[in-house]
Amino acid sequence: MRRYLLRRSGFLLITLLFTSLVIFIVTQYLPGDVARVILGREAGEAAVQDLRAELGLDDPLPVQYFRWLGNFLQGDWGISYSTKSEIQPLVLSRLRNSLMLAMITLVISVPLAVTLGVIAGLNENKPVDNTISITSLSVVGLPEFITGLVLIQIFAFRLNLLPANSSIPPGSSFAEALPMLVLPALTATFVLLAYIARLTRAGVIEELKQTYVRTAELKGLPHHTVILKHVLRNALLPTITVVAISFGWLISGLIVIENVFNYPGLGRLLVFAIDRRDLPLIQAVTLVTVLAFALANLVADLLYAYFNPRIRYE
Amino acid sequence: MTASPLFDTQEEQGLQSTVDRSSGRSKLIHSLYSRPTSAIGTSIFLIFLLLALLGPIIAPYAENQQIVSDARQPPSSEHVFGTDNLGRDVYSRVVLGARNILLLAGLGTLLAVLSGTVLGLVSGYRGGLLDEGLMRFFDGLLAIPALLFALLLLGILGPSSSSVLMVIVIVYTPIVARVVRSVVLSVKQRGYVEAARLQGERQSVILWREIFPSVLPVLAVESALRFSYAIFLVASLGFLGVSVQPPTPDWGLMVKESRNYVDQLPWTMFFPAAAIAILVVGVNLMADGIKRFLLAPD
Repeated sequence: MRRYLLRRSGFLLITLLFTSLVIFIVTQYLPGDVARVILGREAGEAAVQDLRAELGLDDPLPVQYFRWLGNFLQGDWGISYSTKSEIQPLVLSRLRNSLMLAMITLVISVPLAVTLGVIAGLNENKPVDNTISITSLSVVGLPEFITGLVLIQIFAFRLNLLPANSSIPPGSSFAEALPMLVLPALTATFVLLAYIARLTRAGVIEELKQTYVRTAELKGLPHHTVILKHVLRNALLPTITVVAISFGWLISGLIVIENVFNYPGLGRLLVFAIDRRDLPLIQAVTLVTVLAFALANLVADLLYAYFNPRIRYE
Repeated sequence: MTASPLFDTQEEQGLQSTVDRSSGRSKLIHSLYSRPTSAIGTSIFLIFLLLALLGPIIAPYAENQQIVSDARQPPSSEHVFGTDNLGRDVYSRVVLGARNILLLAGLGTLLAVLSGTVLGLVSGYRGGLLDEGLMRFFDGLLAIPALLFALLLLGILGPSSSSVLMVIVIVYTPIVARVVRSVVLSVKQRGYVEAARLQGERQSVILWREIFPSVLPVLAVESALRFSYAIFLVASLGFLGVSVQPPTPDWGLMVKESRNYVDQLPWTMFFPAAAIAILVVGVNLMADGIKRFLLAPD
């Protein structure tokens, strides 16, 4: 297990290094002179030149890349062009908000989706299964902003139950934030629900075909014992991976959902940064998001290997 | 002497596959319309395709024509979907917007499928350092969630339709290439490929005539899937306001703009949002039908 852990962590490190390189190279092509952007249009050419030298923008690109990465690792993420403040505290507080929303979504959607998927799988091609499958096929396709806007129309405007705007003030406690979190989390749940349910269903159907199930049935075990102790144990194993893959979906989904609800997370910060062409902020948000995504994948791989020893020796 | 019979069989195979393809096409249509879900999906797609092609003929007004006296009207016989706060006919804008989203998503998918196919074929067939390098590079790109990568690229390229097109191509090429490559790896050791190689066929001929036909079904399914995701992506980017700019009749952008007046002019949000929802679900159902037909024929 330790060797597996080491190998996977090494792989993660290489991935992150590569991604940071991609992000760095891509952001080098942002049009406009960074020093000119900071100083504004009226600044003299000499002042712009001085700032360029000071920021190290005249150095060769590899030097700039390693300096940027080194600073980033030491916690110096630079100053945002648009807010003129330190990037790190801003990004970290937004990250905390995004993770909070992601966690609530996972807590609601995973048990629900797995239950639905198992029910559908055990009743393959019966009306229950068809209802679940067709509904999920239509819902999974809807863009998050449509689902979110429909939920706002129903729960905020018509029923007046929940706020349509989720711009939680900084420093508010979890209890204060909770009512504002419900609609965004519900929207994200719709995105994940169908996806996880479909894959769980496929897993259950696959396991039911295995010969050990027939053996267990034929030796006279009660049906529910076969399902609970044999089928589900194996069928739910891939669900761990599915949840990790969905985390990637969740990140993409949350970017849109945060913008629908004005929720102060990383996704909204990213769109803000792109609007303002705020280069260091774009870099920091992208890198942190990729890091969160990669870590989630690593955790899922490790859990999977822990529960399924065959994987470790591959 | 040995060359000519081989050549003949190949010719025959070529003819055979043409025959198969044309009857395959009618079989596909038959299959799509034999299940209610894929029949609905395909019909929806065809209706929207028709709107995209005939938009200017169907739409009663121009996309940005402002009828100031008719501003902020609810749906009526004059303006079936109502008018927005600037007096533009919502029905006309929705109809004319079909071309925008289908063109961006369709062309983007097509280009991504083309480049992904070429890269996947060559990389999988050649193997070696090129294959290893390219695949590791793609792994790295795929470590970035698609929408995040799209936003990063749009931040650099700036908001415009050509940027959106490039984003779709860059984000989807690695995915298509990997799918194609996996098929190439599974068929390149087969006897008929070996035979063509020993016969001294050029690599491009082997790839195109011997390997590509095996890739085609999987590629068709992947293209349909990519197309449905591309529509999703174009709509989402429009809504985030980072793709095409006003006054383009982009459905996602129309939904975003309508948010300021949604309590007074709900129809300005409802119709473009409904158009997106119907198109996305329709294309999904159609893609599902294509997948069932090509990968799991019963």
